[in-house]
Amino acid sequence: MSRVGVFICHCGENIGRTVDCSRVAQALGELPGVVHSVDYKYMCSDPGQALIKQAIQEKGLDGVVVGACSPHMHEKTFRKAAAGAGLNPFLCEMANLREHCSWIHEDREKATRKAVDLGRFIVEKIKFNRPLSTIFIPVERRALVIGGGIAGIQAALDIADGGREVILIEKEPSIGGHMSQLSETFPTLDCSQCILTPRMVEVAQHPHIKLLAYSEVESVDGYIGNFQVKIRRKARYVDETKCNGCGECQKECPNKKIPGEFDQGLGMRTAIYVPFPQAVPNIPVIDRANCALFRGRAKGVKKVVCSKCAEVCGRKAIDFDQQDTFVTENVGAIVVATGYQLYSIGKEQDSDSLRGYGEYGYGAIPDVIDGLQFERLASASGPTGGKILRPSDGKEPKTVVFLQCIGSRDPAKGIEYCSKICCMYVAKHTMLFHHKVHDGKAVVFYMDIRAGGKGYDEFVRRAIEESHALYLRGRVSRMYRNGDTIRVHGIDTLSGEPVVIDADMVVLATAMRAQPGIAALAQKLSVSYDQHGFLNEAHPKLRPVETNTAGVFVAGACQAPRDIPDSVAMASATASKVLGLFSKELLEREPLIACVDRLTCAGCFHCERVCPYGAVERKSLMDGKGRLIKIVAEVNQGVCQGCGTCQATCPSKSVELEGFRDEQIYAAVNAL
Amino acid sequence: MSADSSAARTGGPAVPSASLLSQVRNATGLDPARCYQCGKCSAGCPMAAEMALKTHEIIRLLQLDLRDRLLAAESIWLCLTCETCTTRCPNGFDPAVVIDALREITLRERPDRVPRNIGAFHSAFLRQIRTHGRVFEFGLVASYKLRSGALLADVGAMPAMLARRKLALVPRRIEGIGEVRRIFDECAKTEEPR
Amino acid sequence: MKIGYFPGCSLHATAREFDESLRAVAAVLDIDLEEVRDWACCGASSAHATSHVLSVALPTRTLALAEKQKLDRVLAPCAACYNRLATARYALNHDKKTAAQVQSIVGDGFNNSVGVVSIAQLLSEATAEIRRQAKVPLSGWKVACYYGCLLVRPPEVCGFDDAEVPSSLESIVSATGATPVKWDMSLECCGGGFSLSRTASVVRLGRLILQSAKNAGAQVIVVACPMCHSNLDFRQKAMLERGGFGDAMPILFLSQLVGLSIGLDPIRLGLHRHFVSTQPLLDRIGAAKPQPEHREQA
Repeated sequence: MSRVGVFICHCGENIGRTVDCSRVAQALGELPGVVHSVDYKYMCSDPGQALIKQAIQEKGLDGVVVGACSPHMHEKTFRKAAAGAGLNPFLCEMANLREHCSWIHEDREKATRKAVDLGRFIVEKIKFNRPLSTIFIPVERRALVIGGGIAGIQAALDIADGGREVILIEKEPSIGGHMSQLSETFPTLDCSQCILTPRMVEVAQHPHIKLLAYSEVESVDGYIGNFQVKIRRKARYVDETKCNGCGECQKECPNKKIPGEFDQGLGMRTAIYVPFPQAVPNIPVIDRANCALFRGRAKGVKKVVCSKCAEVCGRKAIDFDQQDTFVTENVGAIVVATGYQLYSIGKEQDSDSLRGYGEYGYGAIPDVIDGLQFERLASASGPTGGKILRPSDGKEPKTVVFLQCIGSRDPAKGIEYCSKICCMYVAKHTMLFHHKVHDGKAVVFYMDIRAGGKGYDEFVRRAIEESHALYLRGRVSRMYRNGDTIRVHGIDTLSGEPVVIDADMVVLATAMRAQPGIAALAQKLSVSYDQHGFLNEAHPKLRPVETNTAGVFVAGACQAPRDIPDSVAMASATASKVLGLFSKELLEREPLIACVDRLTCAGCFHCERVCPYGAVERKSLMDGKGRLIKIVAEVNQGVCQGCGTCQATCPSKSVELEGFRDEQIYAAVNAL
Repeated sequence: MSADSSAARTGGPAVPSASLLSQVRNATGLDPARCYQCGKCSAGCPMAAEMALKTHEIIRLLQLDLRDRLLAAESIWLCLTCETCTTRCPNGFDPAVVIDALREITLRERPDRVPRNIGAFHSAFLRQIRTHGRVFEFGLVASYKLRSGALLADVGAMPAMLARRKLALVPRRIEGIGEVRRIFDECAKTEEPR
Repeated sequence: MKIGYFPGCSLHATAREFDESLRAVAAVLDIDLEEVRDWACCGASSAHATSHVLSVALPTRTLALAEKQKLDRVLAPCAACYNRLATARYALNHDKKTAAQVQSIVGDGFNNSVGVVSIAQLLSEATAEIRRQAKVPLSGWKVACYYGCLLVRPPEVCGFDDAEVPSSLESIVSATGATPVKWDMSLECCGGGFSLSRTASVVRLGRLILQSAKNAGAQVIVVACPMCHSNLDFRQKAMLERGGFGDAMPILFLSQLVGLSIGLDPIRLGLHRHFVSTQPLLDRIGAAKPQPEHREQA
């Protein structure tokens, strides 16, 4: 016979105002099997918990039902209290009298009757509860960081400094990300590469970091503590073990006129190239689409069209026959830090929901550039040596117009969110322009100024008051080429004056977007993403660096538009989560997962087919002589998330969820 | 209206009509709260140079529910419905349709504030349709001149127009004129009580 | 190919050359224009500026007549008529309140099944045929294609070409052998219905358009709307009087340009009806001088 204890919480006024708690306690106390039933103001408080412990010990309870708030809030609290008094924690359950009752009803009489029903439901269920033990799974205490921008670099360094091994993979030939393309950073106007490259070198030299550049995630299997990640190491056509980064191959390459990605198309590179001089690793890669030899091969030409790089290489490091290779790494945690791409105003967009800006020329006007292109112009290592020059004719522009909110805060174009960093970097651009072109005039068209960080508003004021940038509050309706200049039709709503400017150059502050291909990566990781491709955090306020997939964390602009300080902070936060995860050798899991009865399992594997997590495995049962008896389903304790789909599907009722077995559910339902 | 115009439409609650804002919301299904006053409409408006109240300012006064200023404004009659603002509004809002609604309300409540020439033109034009089913420019011009008092303008062009046979002198009524007149009458009835 | 035809009020009088040239070209391109019987005015700007329901009800009557005539598409050559008909069709599909009001006024049984097509859309479907039929070399003619504000906007109502960087007129003009120029005022409004009531605005806006076409090196502007034509042609003298322009710029209807390229007689195309003489253009292709007093052909 059961000995169940019932504890009804008033939760201050939250439950007590609507539900008559003492009546509920009294009614539940009359149920068969209930030997103790009380109500109390705050069950989660220390005295409240003491009541439970005392009752367990004095009355020898074998089940505890706490009628209070949602289990999401305090199930852990009460289970811990029960365990502290010697009762198996899984013999303690909660009835939700708050979110499911007092908070949603007004009629006291009806709410009280419902509370009694809810309590009875759990009481009858708990009579069939079994004691369960925590499951322990081993943890592989190595981490994988996907993305070698500032966020990925920071996360990798923090985890590595914490004594754990990190594999850092980056799809580009070099780490550094977009931050390496910037000239100076707000709000300090620090030279971007000067502060970034030491970190990049540290990553390359850190004993605990394994850097796999020019590599991508091919597939991910497993679960928290035990991921198997297959990584594709893309062929550079250069042997990393032999190349010493001398750069002779690039000098010899005959194709020198390829618009370089690092310079956002404003500067040229060769077919065999290193993206920028401070690249880490400083090993070139061959761009097959533009390499004469590979183009020849693609056309079926038998002879070797060009091999100048190989001829001049002193280390014989060029290998035109190199193939992609695959490595599989076992890791316990994954940090996603894949960063962003910039929105482009072109007519062709990669999603049906996005539109281009025809009114700004769909990107066809040469001196209309985006923010990253302006960074390359301003950058001392850029295609113009740090001079602001027009892409069309190389002349210095005197009037530069900056437009904020291009492709952001624009529901009609498909992006309604604010891209967060543009107000700050436009102010920065006006200052850089002022420093370089003393008689230049910078005009900014803005709607609002969002400068909420430390020193940020002061920074924008400097642009206005010291660099004399003209800030016009309004948007531009249209721009078009007018001879040598670009005619911009805008307005200043603060004065009501329409403004027409003949600009020498226009810089568009385009929105930060998720990287292309993020959907495919997210699906490999089972991480959800929103309609814009930004990865979803587990809880926007309280769990901002975790995802809904245990063991996968997220940092930086891949989760939402973000500046460098916040990306770095977020990356360090993920590192602390990872190190916390790795602080134990074994991971604890709640045992409320599915369990297969091997005796009755017929091996039909419907459960395997329907399991959303791939948690069902096949196990061969052998007899003493090693002959096969049958193949049955087995649930992987590390992967199963306890959704119960298998239980609903199994035709022979051979698989059940601990804590929600059929007899528990029937008992509860029949009690109503 | 741009890609997102359906999102800009709302079934806003019907509020008693002391509010011009709610009148316009009910009439157009659009909510001026969507406008964040970026001014892109005014920046591209061909008539902005001639409007005392630019497009975005008209919407602003509507957001502030300033009935007397708006219905008395000449600016709302200068909109050409060229669809530039509609096509470019980042919020998928439709200022042109809102301005049409303001015009309709003004005609009903403050006909004295309709600018003479423009009002005369619209009356003459609609009169033509009601009478013949189609607009005969000669009659239109004559009627407009009488209503507006602009008797002499363009008179010199008459011979040239006639010589090019660009003016039909005799209007012809369509067969279904009764239907057209009934449409006019029914439409006048559907005007909601304000 | 048969298509419904809604000439609209101006094509019978002030823009009759648009009607004439369009019918002549249609005949050659094997397009059968079936006029919607007993059509009434679309309401133009005066209806929508004064009564929303009327502005949808009038075009709906026309569409209903077209549906009864078993036409599946109607061509409205005037860009304003086209826009009003297309807007009515869109409203009936998307605005439940207006649709209910209009249905009860115009009568039930109308399925809103008739498509509305502009002259840009119709002739873009025929560029191959135009190219085939082009006999008169118009090469060297620099043409500014003026869409006007209503031909392709707003994009979800018109659903054709691009609302900011359109190209349909350019492809038709190229098919005739002429050279479309790149210019920046192709979508800017000419002043529309203000021709009588606020002429100064029309002169101001028209000047900007003419100036831009000239700067781009155009010798002729091609239009697809009688209102635009009237504003730029009939009112051009007032614009030129304000000075700074040089020679007048002839304004052609799209159908007239196509008609010239396929060798039709300029009289038949109504070129004698223009206020700004088209003679300089015609001289280039050796066409006969149109007589202003010439009696109209059948």
